[in-house]
Amino acid sequence: MQFNVTWLKKWVAVDLDAAELAVRLTASGLEVESVKPVAGDFSGLVVAEIEDCQPHPNADKLLLCTVNDGSDERLRIVCGASNARAGIRVPLARVGASIGSDCKIKQAKLRGVESFGMLCSAKELGLSEDHSGLMELPRDAPIGTDLRDYLSLEDKTIEVDLTPNRADCLSIRGLARDVAAICGADYIGMDVPAVPAVSNDALPIRLESPQDCPRYAGRIIRGIDPRASTPLWMTETLRRCGLHSISPVVDVTNYVLLELGQPMHAFDLEKLTDEIIVRRGREGEKLVLLDESEVDVDETVLAICDSKGPVAVAGIMGGLESGVGETSTDILFESAYFNPSTIMVKARAWGIHTAASHRFERGVDPQGQVAALERATALLIEIAGGAPGPVLLAEEPADIPRNHPVSLRHDRLNAVMGCAIGKETVDDIFEHLGMDMSWHDGSWTVTAPSIRFDIEIEEDLIEEVARIYGYDEIPEAPPSGVLAAGKISGRQVSLGQLRGVLCAAGYTEAINYSFIDSKQLEVVHHADHVLPLANPLSSDMDVMRTTLLPGLLTSLARNTRRQRKRVRLFETGLAFIQGEKLNESHRVAAVATGDALPEQWGVSARAMDFYDIKGEIESLFSLRGDAEQPLFKTGDLPWMHPGASAVILLRNHEIGWCGAVHPSVLKALEIKKCVFAFELDLDELLSREVSFAKHISRFPSIRRDIAVLLRNDVTYQEVKNCITSVAGSLLEKVLVFDEYQGDNLKKGYKSLAIGLIFKNVSSTLKDENVDPLIETVVSALERRVGAQLRG
Amino acid sequence: MAVNEIQQRARAAIEASGNLQELDDLRVQFLGKKGEITALLKTLGAMEPEQRKSFGQAVNATRDALNQAISARRQTLEASALEEKLLSERVDVTLPGRGEQRGGLHPVTKVMERAIGIFNKLGFEVATGPEVEDDHYNFETLNFPPHHPARAMHDTFYFGDGRLLRTHTSPVQIRVMERSEPPFRIIAPGKVYRSDSDQTHTPMFHQVEGLLVGEGVSMADLKGVLHTFVNAFFERSLAMRFRPSYFPFTEPSAEVDISWDKGGGSQPSWLEILGCGMVHPNVLRACDVDPEKYTGYAFGMGVERLAMLRYGVTDLRQFFENDLEFLRQFH
Repeated sequence: MQFNVTWLKKWVAVDLDAAELAVRLTASGLEVESVKPVAGDFSGLVVAEIEDCQPHPNADKLLLCTVNDGSDERLRIVCGASNARAGIRVPLARVGASIGSDCKIKQAKLRGVESFGMLCSAKELGLSEDHSGLMELPRDAPIGTDLRDYLSLEDKTIEVDLTPNRADCLSIRGLARDVAAICGADYIGMDVPAVPAVSNDALPIRLESPQDCPRYAGRIIRGIDPRASTPLWMTETLRRCGLHSISPVVDVTNYVLLELGQPMHAFDLEKLTDEIIVRRGREGEKLVLLDESEVDVDETVLAICDSKGPVAVAGIMGGLESGVGETSTDILFESAYFNPSTIMVKARAWGIHTAASHRFERGVDPQGQVAALERATALLIEIAGGAPGPVLLAEEPADIPRNHPVSLRHDRLNAVMGCAIGKETVDDIFEHLGMDMSWHDGSWTVTAPSIRFDIEIEEDLIEEVARIYGYDEIPEAPPSGVLAAGKISGRQVSLGQLRGVLCAAGYTEAINYSFIDSKQLEVVHHADHVLPLANPLSSDMDVMRTTLLPGLLTSLARNTRRQRKRVRLFETGLAFIQGEKLNESHRVAAVATGDALPEQWGVSARAMDFYDIKGEIESLFSLRGDAEQPLFKTGDLPWMHPGASAVILLRNHEIGWCGAVHPSVLKALEIKKCVFAFELDLDELLSREVSFAKHISRFPSIRRDIAVLLRNDVTYQEVKNCITSVAGSLLEKVLVFDEYQGDNLKKGYKSLAIGLIFKNVSSTLKDENVDPLIETVVSALERRVGAQLRG
Repeated sequence: MAVNEIQQRARAAIEASGNLQELDDLRVQFLGKKGEITALLKTLGAMEPEQRKSFGQAVNATRDALNQAISARRQTLEASALEEKLLSERVDVTLPGRGEQRGGLHPVTKVMERAIGIFNKLGFEVATGPEVEDDHYNFETLNFPPHHPARAMHDTFYFGDGRLLRTHTSPVQIRVMERSEPPFRIIAPGKVYRSDSDQTHTPMFHQVEGLLVGEGVSMADLKGVLHTFVNAFFERSLAMRFRPSYFPFTEPSAEVDISWDKGGGSQPSWLEILGCGMVHPNVLRACDVDPEKYTGYAFGMGVERLAMLRYGVTDLRQFFENDLEFLRQFH
């Protein structure tokens, strides 16, 4: 809502300047977006008349004007405006006047002719965007008057950003009420006298859907002058409130809209047949609106109809056909109350937003229709003449909303605000807000004026008191409460610890959008069980991610394109798996490309491989302490390198995967380098058990190393399982310290060097304790996995 | 006399010895089983008792003196050997160290953790909820009537079947109040979504929501806790302004501005950082909490906004580009 301060001050006796007023408005909940002057910065300009206009002797496009500025002498001014002509009154900047902060008008020679000033366009004066020609002032503008005085330009425009509950402030009338309360000033208001009818012109009005429209006021005015023009005071006021002047009829409805908050419409009476019916639309009915779009007027639409069909969509927009045009002389004014939700549903569905729908959606004073009609009638007759008929009123009083009394307990008010506010202060606030109130037994009973739609319960009144009293006046209480021990579960690894491990391993945290391009999910073979958005912002964000991988790969690619060779990123967040029910799966994922370590001296560079990424996962699992460790199994993962990736299992079910990303995936994402990645279920990963102390042996351990020759397809896991199943309880640890495949081995075979560490908790081990165990292990390896002991 | 002669010779040799091996050879030469002093001791048996006593004393004294000399010389030689060794092991301490280069957390995470940390100290427990919500939790129980203009303040992503992406973390309030009993003191951090994308909006962003419900909770408490938070978060005392505003789920509602100095000598200006208010009785009732007995406050703040202020980031979209050069600044 944009308004000018001068207008407001006619409605409320407040003597603050615009800047002070803006501070008070913001502090009371009407957030001021801007305070601007209503015109550019100029001084010394006067109203002048062009008395004569002759061609410039040396220039085709310039004119020599003889100008009357109210003094005895006539000024010669060179002017290039196409509308310059004898007889019009225009703004004149004489020599010495200034426009803007650095433009002082001087006497100048233009193509050999002296010019003693400048005639101005509206744009040059900051009064409009119109720079097509000189600003033409009314015929009766007094010559020689200072332009700022004549146009009353010592005024400011304030724009407030209103919250949806404050429809009452979408008019000068409502703003004045609030300002009266905010500033403790007197509300002046305005009497709207009835305009007597001079004819019996009438049109029947029928309300067929009174829940949607319980009151409809209309009035016929015949014989208005189609050549009349809107007076300067009104066009200036409209301009200051952000509206263009269109025609007297439209300007009057807009003026009343701003002044009283009642949206009105004007029909060309000639285009209406028989009657006005306010009803829901019917299947198959259509209407072309003022903006020339065609809409279906079905039963979800409240329509204004005549006997032939819809002529306007109620509260949203009029029809093109029935609207007032340049030649209209007989009109029907409409001033109605429509149910907010009726208007809201349709305006929202169509995506149409007009000044009328904006107000009807939020609520228009249900008691204001007739006053608005009288006001509009009076204004139109004053401007364009015409003979008004009687006010035509159709209403269904039972369906007209009414504000009910609401009570406010004084002690509740103080308890919620956290301070003591005197009764008189509250009385004063309610009085200034125009509330009807009484006091009884520690409580107020308050009925809000009909312009207010937001006073229904006690809290609404508390808010009114608080905002007028001033939020800044409420004291700050230091934080208090009963202390409680925060919950820190021992069975949960914290996300912070997990992030710390990854950061230490060189990974930087990334955050990607949760919605991604469905095509990317296809590329990484995760396009099953997707949850698509019904209204995506764009096609590259059309589904919820089912994996964190594509987002990370995209981020990695962005970095490698910026010449970063070694990129390590991780992310934690949700993947959305739509099965029978939606699974919001909490994940951690990472991608890495480049060498195993950053480039550095003294360490030879080594490309990252599977075991590096596996190592990261093992460090993460080490956060779980002694809780069960995962198994890595070669898996069938179409987005991963078939020979260098694994499925990760915990207690026999899959909780993630890791390895090298499939080259075809990388190619599709235009990544030219090898990338390793993993993704894990976080909830599984983060769960652990509280550790329980074991007995620590003080006896020395014995280590035995063996080297075995194995077929390439035998996994280390099989070897390890075989060893642990036969070596008995003295075996403390198995480790592999070399893996070799090469020329001096049989083709298809590999050599594993394995260390076995034995320990006893109660005595020192001797060779004779361990030797038989090693024999057992070797023979089991021979039997079960076809191993041969190497020399 | 032989003893003196040996002692003088031995001392000179010990002093002249250049390394531990030479010294040990001298020990053997003089004090070993076949050494010169040992040989003298062996002659004692053949001597007269008188002579044996005085000669014996002299030889023993010489032996002790030589042992001492050898031990002293050994210490000197060891010390200089160590010194030499250390000298040879000297490194250029200005060469860079080896190992992994640490990664780091995203600035949004850091700020979120910081906010959570402060509220944890004030006794607020972390609570979370789903990101795919429905109309019931995201709007209805939060007192947004159907089609209400307040819904237009939230540009919502829908799934076409009644579900939607939560537009704020406020549904967590409802979920917490539904499943437990007052008093409530929670903080709910998380991702939220609005279909809006331009210079100052990203379709996904982060919020930290707070809720405190108990007996006798007032606006004065709300003001106090938020000012405490803001001062703790920014590590200085900032002026703060509460402006009346409107949210369907709180009443009275407020927006909070802090007085922010952009630097460069300009005047501090008011900058909005969060929304808050007293929990609307309809919200409490929807969760079976008696609004006559309990009152409470709720607040919500945009994490990216806080991160921009804390780190001087001017383009919101940088947070989601994951450019390492940008991210590394905050490690």
